[in-house]
Order: sequence, then structure tokens, then C-alpha cells
Amino acid sequence: MLTIDNLSLTIGPDLQILREVSLAVAAGEAVGLVGESGSGKSMTLRSILHIEPEGSRVTGTITFDGVDVRGLTGEALRQMRANDVSMIAQNPHAVLNPVLPVERYLIEGMHDAQGQPTKTAKLRAGELLEQVGIDAVDRVLRSYPHQLSGGMLQRVVIAGAIAGKPRLMLADEPTTALDVTTQAEVMAILDECRHELGMAMLFVTHDLDLAAAVCDRIAVMKEGEIVEIGLPEQLRDNPQHPYTRALMESRPAGLTWTPEGGPTS
Amino acid sequence: MKQFAERMGTLGLIACGIIAVVVLGALFAPLIAPYDPTIGSVTQRYQGMSFEHLFGTDQAGRDIFSRLLWGARSSLTGPLIVVAITAVFGTLIALTAVWWGGIVDSFLSRVLDLLFAFPNLLLAMLAIAVFGPSLTTAALALSVAYIPYSARVVRSMAMRERNLPYIRSPELQGIPGIVITARHLLPNVAPLIVTGATINFGFAMIELAALSFLGLGVQPPAADWGLMVSSGQQSLLNGYPAESVLAGLSIVITVAAFGYVGERLGGRAAAGRKA
Repeated sequence: MLTIDNLSLTIGPDLQILREVSLAVAAGEAVGLVGESGSGKSMTLRSILHIEPEGSRVTGTITFDGVDVRGLTGEALRQMRANDVSMIAQNPHAVLNPVLPVERYLIEGMHDAQGQPTKTAKLRAGELLEQVGIDAVDRVLRSYPHQLSGGMLQRVVIAGAIAGKPRLMLADEPTTALDVTTQAEVMAILDECRHELGMAMLFVTHDLDLAAAVCDRIAVMKEGEIVEIGLPEQLRDNPQHPYTRALMESRPAGLTWTPEGGPTS
Repeated sequence: MKQFAERMGTLGLIACGIIAVVVLGALFAPLIAPYDPTIGSVTQRYQGMSFEHLFGTDQAGRDIFSRLLWGARSSLTGPLIVVAITAVFGTLIALTAVWWGGIVDSFLSRVLDLLFAFPNLLLAMLAIAVFGPSLTTAALALSVAYIPYSARVVRSMAMRERNLPYIRSPELQGIPGIVITARHLLPNVAPLIVTGATINFGFAMIELAALSFLGLGVQPPAADWGLMVSSGQQSLLNGYPAESVLAGLSIVITVAAFGYVGERLGGRAAAGRKA
């Protein structure tokens, strides 16, 4: 469904961020993009939605359902963002307008972006929050972003992201800004929503174990290149690239992830 | 309200009080003014201060206090027109430039630069030469001259906000640019627009007074502060400075009050951003 082919990204005269990245995500498949800071995993994600930094040069092709997304502009690009591809960012507090209540955020996404009538959007906002495991729906809808915890707010963002039933979810370290217990909950909710809707996901993280728990395949990135790509078990039991081996060895011992229960020791 | 008082400080509150007095005086001029501002008797000319004529009379025997009150009307409406037009069009241009960026931004910025190159008063005089002298012409011409000031300030702040995540992420949700601009960008630059308008008000007042002084704005025998400074010149030479001095003082004090309040509001906007 999503095919990235020979994607390279250069900033300025010779700062190469991405080197010929090639990656495919099938419908309904979850692919993890793992690597240390600066390895280019976020930049790969950003290139898909046209939000690479200003002044960067991008070569290679990205196709979504056979459409060249790098060639999209204006209304076609907006349509893709509204209906096909959603993104969840790291820090939910930066994403929501601080002076508007949560309900407005959800309604805006459904009404102004996807063109649903305001009435339907209003009804659906509550349903969506229930779907992401929020009990006090009415209270949360009326709350302003600063009144909610990071975990709660990230659930709201996930609710907004799945509102349009997108076919691809881009998740850029969605749990990094949260504390460990909330991380597990949010991750479990994200995983559940993904399976319910049959969404594909491109999941960026530096946590190899977390990626292994929720992804069907994992690509390991280093200095703008994909050095190894394979099934989680493959990487865990038989890493081919020395960098993957180093990543495996550097994780905290005795901690494994399961999508349902979070970290268990 | 308490917060407002804190931000304003003592001087700021005094300035607000002065503005309130001037505005109320202008609004209720017909009720407060003891005499008709345009009719006087030559036998009553050049009277000193008395209970009958609070600030004395001018060379035509007209009550200066009444003329000051009535004069506040045109002296305030002129700048009001200028500020309203400037704020609306300046913001519109700024936000258009910021949202579309690229060529649109470059083009609009060059047009603004071009307008900047004209001295304000010269532009106003040009318009008056074509359309004839009146307060409306002067105010409209000055509005055009002021648009680049307000547009440039709003543009620079909106440009900063444009790249913040709360503006960027609705874009990724696929929300149309015009909705994001109106609902998220505009409210967050609004404090700056208000501040700019307050400060511009003072500038516009001085320049409109200058135009009236030159006989290009408000026309006699109507009362207007700038006009009064001008018509009082002859009396000044004859040793009766009251008219020119009082009208001049009115302008200076009002402009200073608006300037100070604007500055305080600006500090408030800046402080609000930090929080």
C-alpha cells in the first residue's frame, strides 16, 4: 500500500539525512522503524506527509495506493491527510490549541477536514473517546488540554487520528513523552484500534522491544540508512547487522513487551 | 479587571482615565458644552478664563471649552477610521502572506515595501489634491499609508506561530488553511493587533491634526483640535495664546495617553506569550 523507493533527503549543500531508504508497508501491516536519535526515522515519516524541513531536497519516490504522494499538492494533499493517512506525534500538549476545549479539536478534524456534519461529529467525538478507553467522556470533552495528563491527551490525539478511519497511521514515538505505565496503556490502545480498523502502521521508536511487541516487521535505521529489516523474532534471535546486535545488547535486561499487558518482567 | 490594573500600573491607569474623559467628552459634547462651538459674537472675543467661559473665548468670540469638546469628536473619529481600516486590511494581508508563503508572501511584502517608501503625509496630500480636502479623504489616505506598518508587525509574529506544532498539526489533519488561519492563527496574534492599533491611534491623531492644521483635513468653521491650533495662530501673535495652547495640549496629552496604554498592552501581550 505504501511504498518508499530510494528516498534520499539532503539539507543544505551536503548534509545527507536519508540515504536511499526503501521500505514497503502492506495494507493492515505494522512496520517498526527503529534507530537512535538522528538516524532519520522521523524524517522518513515526515517526507511521507510533506513536512520535511524547509530547504531540504528530496529524491526518490513514495507511493500510496499507486499514487505518487511527493507529487501531491493543494487539495489532493489535504484530502490524503484528512482521509487516508493520520499522524500521531510525540508530545500531545504541543499538538492541541491550548485555548480550545478537546471537543473542538475532535469536531474540527471530522467536520472541517473530513466534511462530516457538525452534529454527527459531535456524537462521534464521544464514541471515539470511549473507543480509546476514556470513561469520563463528558468531562474530557469539556476539558482544555492543560487540564489533562499527557497519557489522557495522547488518547485524545489517537481518537482524532482514527476518526477518519485512515488506512495508514504514522506514529512518531507516540509514547516517548509519557511515563512508563501510561506508555503501556496508550500503546495497548493504539494496537487495539489498529487491529479493529485494520489500519496499517509505520511506527517510529528507539525502543526495539516495544517495536517487536506491536509490529509485524522491523526496519533498523542508522545514519539515514536501513541496515536491516526483518521479522521481530529474526532480529531478536539472529541479528545480522552489527548495529542491530548492539541495539539488542544495549536494552535493559529481562524486560519484554506484550501488546496487551505492557512490560512484564 | 484586577489583572488589567496590575499590568497598567499607576501611570497606565491615569492614561486610561484621560482616554475615558476625552471619549466621554466627545460622546456627550452636545450635553456638556455650554455654547454652540461654531457661533460666537465679536463683542465677546478674547475673553479670559471665567465661570462664564471656562477657557475663555477665541478671536471670533466662540467658547474655547465648547470647541475643545466638539473638536474631540473629529479628532477621535479620524484616527478611529484609520486604525479600523489599518487593522483589518493589515491583518488580512499579513495572514494571507503567512499562510501561502513563497511567491505570495514575497509579492505582498514587496508591495508593502513600496508603500513604505512614501512619506505618510505626502501620500495623504496627494489623495487630498485629487479628491479635495475633507476628514474622510485625509483619514482614508492615511489608512493606506499605515497598512504596511500594521501588516509588517502582524506578519512577523504570525510567521513565528505558523511553524509551531499547534498550527502545523491541524494542517496534517487535513484541515483547510483558511479554517486554521481564522480559528487558530488569528486569535493568537490578536493581542498584537490590538496593541498596534492603540499605538497607531496616537500617530494617526498627530498626522490628522497636522493635515487639519494645513487646511487639508477638517474644514472651518467646524471644531477640530488641529484646526484650532491653526486658527489660534493669529490670536497667539496678538497675545492671546489660550486657543492654540489648549488645543495643542489636548492633542499632546491624548496622544501620550494612547501611546502609553499601547505600550503597556504590548508588554501585556509579550508577558502573556511567555506564560
